[in-house]
Amino acid sequence: MGAKPKIAFYDFAGCEGDQLQVANLEERLLELLSHVEVVSFREVMTGGDIEPCDVAFVEGSVTRPEDAERLRRIRDNSAYLVALGACAAIGGVNCLKNFMEEDVYRERVYGSQGRWFATGPARPLRSVVAVDAEIPGCPIDKNEFARVTKELLLGRTPWLPDYPVCVDCKAAGNVCRFDLGRMCLGIITRAGCGAACVTEGAHCWGCRGMAPKANLDAARQIMDRAGFSRRAVQDLFRFYLGDTSAAL
Amino acid sequence: MYNDNDISALATAAEPSTGPRRIDVHHLTRVEGHGNIVVRIAADGTVEQCRWEVSEAPRFFEAMLLGRDYQDVHHITSRICGICSIGHQVASLQATEQALNIRVSEQTLALRKLALHAENLQSHLLHIGFLALPDYMGVPSTLHLAETHREEVLNLIACRRMSNEFSRLVCGRTTHPQRFVPGGFARLPSMDDLHQLRVLLAESLPGLGRVIDLCASLRDRVPAFERETEYIALVAPSEYPLYWGHIGSSMDDRRPVDQYEQMTREYLVRQSTAKWARNKAESFMVGALSRFNLNHAQLTDGARKAAATLGLAAPCHNPFLITLAQLVECVHSVEDSLLLVEALLSRGLRHEASSKIKLQAGRGASAVEVPRGILFHAYEYDEQGRVVSADCVIPTNQNHANIQKDMEALTPRLSGLPESEIERLLSMLVRAYDPCISCSTHLLETEQRKAERPVRFIRT
Repeated sequence: MGAKPKIAFYDFAGCEGDQLQVANLEERLLELLSHVEVVSFREVMTGGDIEPCDVAFVEGSVTRPEDAERLRRIRDNSAYLVALGACAAIGGVNCLKNFMEEDVYRERVYGSQGRWFATGPARPLRSVVAVDAEIPGCPIDKNEFARVTKELLLGRTPWLPDYPVCVDCKAAGNVCRFDLGRMCLGIITRAGCGAACVTEGAHCWGCRGMAPKANLDAARQIMDRAGFSRRAVQDLFRFYLGDTSAAL
Repeated sequence: MYNDNDISALATAAEPSTGPRRIDVHHLTRVEGHGNIVVRIAADGTVEQCRWEVSEAPRFFEAMLLGRDYQDVHHITSRICGICSIGHQVASLQATEQALNIRVSEQTLALRKLALHAENLQSHLLHIGFLALPDYMGVPSTLHLAETHREEVLNLIACRRMSNEFSRLVCGRTTHPQRFVPGGFARLPSMDDLHQLRVLLAESLPGLGRVIDLCASLRDRVPAFERETEYIALVAPSEYPLYWGHIGSSMDDRRPVDQYEQMTREYLVRQSTAKWARNKAESFMVGALSRFNLNHAQLTDGARKAAATLGLAAPCHNPFLITLAQLVECVHSVEDSLLLVEALLSRGLRHEASSKIKLQAGRGASAVEVPRGILFHAYEYDEQGRVVSADCVIPTNQNHANIQKDMEALTPRLSGLPESEIERLLSMLVRAYDPCISCSTHLLETEQRKAERPVRFIRT
């Protein structure tokens, strides 16, 4: 990469909460910007749409044919493409609609005019183009964004934890949700969030995607032994992980 | 700089026309989500038509909620928007609690009101400082100002950091909080957090004062444009309401929240994947200026002073001044939050046993004021506490028609202006509304829901 690498931000179907996390870097954003040239960041800057760049950060899921086409153009114009957040990396909550018939969701929301607008199953970026790296989470952790970006600018391959959230959870001193009679996906989800949701009183929803080599058979046994219904397990599994073909 | 006279001055300076043209602002920048502005100009330079289009991918949240358990619903709706995730959660919880007949404590009410203030500050300061300000300073982004106006930029960043910290102390994090549950809180802030918050809020007032001075100094750059419209916001006898109240209008009777469909009559237009709405007038406005117009008498003293400094008086019919109304609300949010924190500190925080929730079939509707205006959520649950139908009416969607009508009123005054100027004025107009477009693209067809077919669950 050159002295001032060019970076760009793009978004598809999503809540733009991940770009917001980047804006939330506050003073550190100014520091970061002194090392790069931002060529496109629609959320906070007037400027061109798709620009040639060294690193493209892409948020959101692909849901329409025109999205796939735009994403391919972004890919062609970027040396390195990073999926930003759960929607881009794993499909995320948008995939909830993939489990119902298209007619049902079209009609429910747009009634008899449901055919006016293009839509289709929600997909993560990697189902359309090659993705070089991802910063998972819903929303992303701004510190992880800063670290991964720094690694990229230094020419290193960015690193993500390959162990499950349970490790973070123990470090945070939380009581295991299963010991409280609650369900939790921390046992199969990629760590790195500091068990943010469990620490705040919720449970792990799986927003960072499955940890590499997650043991789904063991997870299923744990869920069964704890007595959760298949439907309850499926509800939680589909919240973020609807795009995976893994059955739980 | 851009008052009435100057617009005509620019017109005479415009270059000779070069045939019929079209300005196409594809994916307007510095707004949340995807919207386009399309302008048709005749050969003689007359601006014939301005159109506001929404091209965001539809996301179908109301359909995605079908069959989901009541405990997950506010987490799903939170993902409608990264900027107003707290407002969606609070509105969602209120609707669920109403449907399932769950009461919440005074303490929970106070903490939720604080959460809404925190979000208003986060979102308003982002809009004032980072989305709208560059238009008035003539730069592509606030980050570009860091060289020439370092102190002002650092002050803006510090104010925003305060609002993020406020949200973190109350909600656990700045976006998509995890502490809220139907009936109360899964985890409370500590007394230390509240003490820290009190200091943070008190210390933020001088910084906000500097933002007010900066905006007051740019006041003459606000286009002099007025179009009276219907203003809709929550109203309550005792407060400048964010959390609850009746639906108020400048042209209509006030109504209870469960009659929201009668005031947000939605319809579809081809140029937008988000729905439009109207009530008495051909369009209506929601958001900070609407709230200011209807409820200005209930602002805190500091907020009223800020309005005077900024030259904002109710009723105000200039949509470009929405940004200044947001700034007035920032002062109100800080001062009102200080009162709420004081009250919580003097009473002490109690860990409340989560109320026993008895599952039952039911319907509930809620209205909450979020940064961009009044937000409605309504759900119907079956006896297992699973969603049978859901409806979310989002503020930006209520504003789309008003944006279009403003553009139409502005159209004759744009003729003869250089294209860059037309583009700038129209972009500024849309940005003033602070549209949250990705929020607005998943709305339910309300008429059809009435004659709804029986529930179809998604899975077998």
